[in-house]
Formats: sequence, structure tokens, C-alpha cells
Amino acid sequence: MKATVYVTIKQNVLDPQGSAVQGALHSMGFDEVGKVRIGKYLELELDTTDRAEAESRLKAMCEKLLANTVIEDYRFELEG
Amino acid sequence: MKFAVIVFPGSNCDIDCYKAVEDTIGQPVDYVWHTATDLSEYDAILVPGGFSYGDYLRCGAIARFAPVMNEVVKAAEQGKFVLGICNGFQILTEAGLLPGALLRNNSMKFRCHSALLEVVNNNTAFTNQYSQGEIIDIPIAHGEGNYFCDDATLAQLKANNQIVFRYKAGANPNGSLEDIAGICNERGNVVGMMPHPERAIDQLLGSEDGKRMFTSILNAWREQHGAAVNG
Repeated sequence: MKATVYVTIKQNVLDPQGSAVQGALHSMGFDEVGKVRIGKYLELELDTTDRAEAESRLKAMCEKLLANTVIEDYRFELEG
Repeated sequence: MKFAVIVFPGSNCDIDCYKAVEDTIGQPVDYVWHTATDLSEYDAILVPGGFSYGDYLRCGAIARFAPVMNEVVKAAEQGKFVLGICNGFQILTEAGLLPGALLRNNSMKFRCHSALLEVVNNNTAFTNQYSQGEIIDIPIAHGEGNYFCDDATLAQLKANNQIVFRYKAGANPNGSLEDIAGICNERGNVVGMMPHPERAIDQLLGSEDGKRMFTSILNAWREQHGAAVNG
């Protein structure tokens, strides 16, 4: 089963990378761009076919290691 | 008094920490590899700066699960002195020994220069040789030193006097919340800071204001030790 995990900086936390990219886009003339947020995208291959089990294990992985919940939010999708 | 300097793959301030202990207080000090599972012989644990595990995923995120960290947590619970500097501070927040997290500098720049700090709390094991409100000169070198925590945590830090160092007003190099440069746990035996006191132990290095962090800890240990003997 394949899992994709998205980790993003919380909305109320400053994202300097996103701000820098927003500034670059504006200077290139892409003035329609509002806020930009940059996050992480992770692909994980899981050796299981049990969806419920995979979800609970993924949640644990995110909360323990993949995201720092003080500053980051996470979500994941499962395929297969 | 015996010191451990924890070495992770990617630590690069371990030698500076080791030398700082040797040169300022002449106490025995060992490098301890990240796979170690026993820190019982040490009285103080230094978690040095660097780029543990390449800073992959997040600074300190992977180091926090190194075997030695269970022992660091145990040492902290026993009241031993734990100091995390720069990447060491990031590791201690990831490990939950200190609250909050370190974000990327708001300038997006890696900042490497001397910085003026205000000693806010001189009641910790690491700051008892400073006076409260004293301004000291300690260098910084980091890309992710922007301290952040939620409002409830900030209120708690203030209520318990857990803010140890602040960048001098108007000289915040990274966007840290309320100019915070270093904090301690509630008990005061665990301190984390972004600036590098181990790089400020001799005028040849530009400042010797970091020296007193090391003399403070020996002083604190002697006081504890003496009290235990007399007690």
C-alpha cells in the first residue's frame, strides 16, 4: 500500500520560505499570487493491506517523527 | 564533576564544547557517541551544535530518537545538568525536554556573527555567575533559530521565569518570539540556547563572556554536592 504524507507549517506560524517564494513570484510579474506556503511531501511504501491498521500506524509516524505538531500540521492519503 | 559531550553523526561543535570544559574549569570530560546507553557516570550532559543526521526532515528530529537520548531524558529527570547549544537546543525541544520549536530565521539567512544577549534568569545551573539583566556577547551561527511556541506556553515560560536569555532589544537576529535566545525547563536544570557560549571563552575568540556558563555549572554542582555531604 502506498501512502503520501503532506506536512505543512501551521497557518498561524510564519513561513519565511513561502514568503520568499511569494516575493520572487511577484517580482516576476505573477501579481495574482497571494500567500504561498511551503511544506513537505513524503511517499511511503507500507507492507500491509489492512487499511485501518495503516491509518493508525501512519498517524503515529506523523505525530512521533514526520511532523512537529508544535509548528506543523499533517495529512495523509492511502492508495491501493 | 564529570561532563559528557554527546556526539551525533553531523555534530560539529563537540570539540569546542570539550575544549571549553577543559579550558575554563578543567573538569574531566568525555565524548559520548549517540549509540551509548548509559550516562550514569556523568554529572552534566552537553548536547552540542552541528547538523545531527544532516538536519534531514527537521533539525534535531532524527537525533531525538538516537539511543543516547533516552539516557539524556533520564539524566534530566534525575536533576542532572543538561545544556543544549544550537542544534542541541533543537534536539532538546524535539525531545520534549524543553517546550516550543525552532523555525527558520525570518530573514531566510544563515546568521553567523556575535550577538548581544541579556541574561534574564541568572538562577539556573548555567547562569548563576552572571547578574540579572547583564548584557553579554556570545556568537550565533544558525539558519533555524527562530524560537516559537504557542501563547499558553509563552505565558507559562514567563510565569516560571524560564526565559534565560533574550537578544538585546532591537538586535533579534532571527525573528524569535519575544527576542528569546535561550530557555530552561521548569526545574532549571535543562537549558537550551541558540548562541554558542563555547565559542566565547577567550578574548582571542572575540569574547570570553561564555566562560561563566561553565564556571556557573561547576559552582552549581559544588553547591549541590556540598549540600548533599552536609545534609
